[in-house]
Amino acid sequence: MDKLKLEIVTPRGAVFSGEVEEVHASGSEGDFGVLPGHAPLMTMLRVGALVARADGKPNYFFVGSGFAEVSWKGMIILADSAERAEDIDVARAMAAKQRAEERLAKIENLDFVRAQSALERAVARIRVAEEHAHR
Amino acid sequence: MATLRDIKRRIKAVKNTSQITKAMKMVAAAKLRKAQGRMLELRPYSDKIYEVLGNLSKAGDSEAHPLLLKRHPKTVEVVVFTSDRGLCGAFNSNIIKAAVSFVRELKAKELQVSINAVGRKARDYYKRRDIALRQVLTGISGKVNYQLARTIAGDIMENYTAETFDEVYLVYNEFKNVVSQQVKVVKLLPFEAGAPAAEPAAQPETVDYIFEPSAAGLYRVIIPKAVEIKVFRALLESQTSEEASRMTAMENASKNAEEMIQNMTLVANKVRQATITRELMDIVGGVEALKK
Repeated sequence: MDKLKLEIVTPRGAVFSGEVEEVHASGSEGDFGVLPGHAPLMTMLRVGALVARADGKPNYFFVGSGFAEVSWKGMIILADSAERAEDIDVARAMAAKQRAEERLAKIENLDFVRAQSALERAVARIRVAEEHAHR
Repeated sequence: MATLRDIKRRIKAVKNTSQITKAMKMVAAAKLRKAQGRMLELRPYSDKIYEVLGNLSKAGDSEAHPLLLKRHPKTVEVVVFTSDRGLCGAFNSNIIKAAVSFVRELKAKELQVSINAVGRKARDYYKRRDIALRQVLTGISGKVNYQLARTIAGDIMENYTAETFDEVYLVYNEFKNVVSQQVKVVKLLPFEAGAPAAEPAAQPETVDYIFEPSAAGLYRVIIPKAVEIKVFRALLESQTSEEASRMTAMENASKNAEEMIQNMTLVANKVRQATITRELMDIVGGVEALKK
């Protein structure tokens, strides 16, 4: 079976690099799947989950916003942040979620966008971790 | 001539200093290792973002992005990356020297120059000479992170778009290895999207990409990101060079202190022997006198 070379890199280093059979990611225009031989594609990513199937086993990742490029060479994910599901610190994400919610609840909050994106990230992290745990 | 006690006191003082420099060297070495690691971590990302950007620009349809726009330069911004703390050899003076000569060059071309000082040392230098700074950022030691790069880059991009200046250069120390750092002057804006490092020849010339949401939309996100990465890279390089420079400086200081201690010990011994000889002579002289 054909393989797809997947690389997930962040400013803090490479998170994943290897051959996979299938990738599911959350694009800015909606979720999409990539199989080997996919047409060249460039897309923005929103905060969410990424599933890469390698040797029949799904690998779950949390991916912060960024972009993805699919070319004949493979798939590159350039993310602001990314983590393997098993590396996610759920307790920390929970705390972050609570913090963000508290901040959002205040009306005089000036940094609404920041709090909201923090909440989004926290929720996505928790979701990815749970999916990984329940598969 | 110095008395024995004076010399001993000085030896002790130098010993204390050498202990401090030794400790600082160790600290710098540890920090250097960490900073170097972070530089290595960033490398794949920055390589890839240029690759993607190169592909994107090749795919054509590049609706002119404000940060790519070349204007006739009237004002040039120079971003000087120094450290907050001293005791790191020629690190800061090298960078400031380079910045000053670069500014002189620009002024010779009748360009206005605005200066953006990163690090306390750059700010102090320009303040002492009453040179106005457009932007100052201090207190960065040990706090270099992506957020910081974002702050710096954000401010620069905003002012670039507002046409406060028409070109931006970064002046920073590039980390070559522990003993050699090189001052680099790099153009940041207008951003040059194309021409990334050597392209693999096997790549088909034109690739028909599917863009989501659109090429212009992607440009809007990727270019600021690439600018941020460039600033981040400069910050990390500068920080790594600083620690390397400090380590070398402290190593030299420790070595010099050791040498001083050795020399002074020698003198102290000579003085001690001379004193003993003199005392012996006194005693012998006294005994001889009694004999008569």
